[in-house]
Amino acid sequence: MQLTNRAKVLEKKPMTLAERAYLPAIFQGLSITMRHFFMKKATIRYPEETRPFSPIFRGLHVLKRDEQGRERCTACGLCAVACPAEAITMVAGERKKGEEGLYREEKYAVSYEINMLRCIFCGLCEEACPKAAVYLQPDKMAPPRYERDEFIYGKDRLVEPVSPDARSIRGIQLTPEQAEALRSKLA
Amino acid sequence: MIEIPTLGWQSIVIFVVFALSLLIATYCTYAERVIAAFLQDRVGPDRAGPYGLAQPLADAVKMFTKEEFFPGGANKALFIFGPCLAMITALMSSAVIPFGNNVSFGNNLFFLQGIEVNIGMLWIFGVVSLGVYGVMIGGWASNNKFSLLGAIRAASQNISYELAMGMSLIAVLMISGTLSLREITLQQSIAGEWHFWNIVKQPLGFIIFLVCAFAETNRTPFDLPECETELVGGYHTEYSSMKLGLYLFSEYVNIFVVSAVMSVLYFGGFNFPFQYELRDWLVSNHDWTLASAQNLITFLGTAGLFLKIFAFIFFFMWIRWTLPRFRYDQLMRLGWTMLIPLAVINILITGGLILFGVI
Ligand code: SF4
Ligand code: SF4
Repeated sequence: MQLTNRAKVLEKKPMTLAERAYLPAIFQGLSITMRHFFMKKATIRYPEETRPFSPIFRGLHVLKRDEQGRERCTACGLCAVACPAEAITMVAGERKKGEEGLYREEKYAVSYEINMLRCIFCGLCEEACPKAAVYLQPDKMAPPRYERDEFIYGKDRLVEPVSPDARSIRGIQLTPEQAEALRSKLA
Repeated sequence: MIEIPTLGWQSIVIFVVFALSLLIATYCTYAERVIAAFLQDRVGPDRAGPYGLAQPLADAVKMFTKEEFFPGGANKALFIFGPCLAMITALMSSAVIPFGNNVSFGNNLFFLQGIEVNIGMLWIFGVVSLGVYGVMIGGWASNNKFSLLGAIRAASQNISYELAMGMSLIAVLMISGTLSLREITLQQSIAGEWHFWNIVKQPLGFIIFLVCAFAETNRTPFDLPECETELVGGYHTEYSSMKLGLYLFSEYVNIFVVSAVMSVLYFGGFNFPFQYELRDWLVSNHDWTLASAQNLITFLGTAGLFLKIFAFIFFFMWIRWTLPRFRYDQLMRLGWTMLIPLAVINILITGGLILFGVI
């Protein structure tokens, strides 16, 4: 019975002498591997070289500041509600007198934590935020760490630095200690 | 002028050869990984030191610091003895290989060869076939069925292929009429005469020998004794730490020795083309003494021999990362029904050619 006419009839031919001798096939194989020996290598030597990211890549979060360097987040909790992975927790607090230069709104996030092990990098928090405070950066990733605790990113690692610093080297978010060490090395 | 006793000189050569085979085996592990990587469009280990050249050191540290594990019910003494035997036999065979012609300084004339015996070829064969005992003992002492299967495979494979190997060798011995490796090398290039390397006289014999060499060293496509897909790890399944390291290491030493033997038997050993012309030219046009010109030729020849050896080692690795493993019945069929008859035919042809004075 023929279901489609794509079926291919295979003839079982007896092997020729060259095929049975096996040596020509070996030389064919050897020439193929030798060709690959001189080919361009596919390896990307990671820490020194990085793969180019797509411009819409959703990577590590950042909490943005406004033009005057004030934190934009008002701890409304919309991002936490939107988050399908329940990765975001925060504690809200009221801005004191004299802190106007630090926080834009009267209510701000005293603590703001994202668990990068829970996060699925869907970007819904970014879409939910009314203050354009949280963004997923297109060029940074959460690097591997040894301890689970280290994947809970607090404000120390999320808030955009006032001035760009060594954190952004190689596109990796460093821990504060690592950043400190790097800064003192660079200085 | 000081006289150096022959024994002293020989022990120096043996020591150097010993160190060299260990060094070469060490860097074979590195070369294997880099070549494998290059053949697969990768770059291989490049983190330890410049170009990853310290990788063998890192591997050695890893091997030495791993846990020593003895499986329950294993025969402890034999379990330790197995890898030692494999390593010892692998290292022993290089003693008779002529790594160079003679050097002379003063009245001393030395051969760059550990021991010159007139049964060099027999010695190598005897020692190499002892090597399978290391595998056998290790596999049996592990008290593990996979190890035992691997060991049995190794034994039957080595016995089958030793036959064909020995027969392909007989053809070489018929031409040379001697078992001394130095004699065989020298015969491949006699001053004043035009002499070809044995590969020209023995192409079929060389192919048989090459295939058998792969089987004897348990390299792909004949690595049935340790094939991971069927036997976990074969005879070294239960081995850990440096005992495993010794097994892996002895494989590379074996490759080195077999490459050296092939270079000596079929590719002229330490001879290189136009060596006598070069010597005469140096003596007549540049006022070199005959002795110093000969010394230069010897050192160039040693370098040439090592080039040949490295080329063979590369070939071994190239094959490994190209061909898939044979099935066990295919392996046996190839050995008994193809290689041995071919070797016999080769002997007959060689005998005929000698009889009619062609070679
Ligand atoms: S990217 Fe998605 S999963 Fe991650 S924190 Fe934002 S909303 Fe949650
Ligand atoms: S990041 Fe945006 S959505 Fe989330 S709490 Fe802050 S202001 Fe609200």
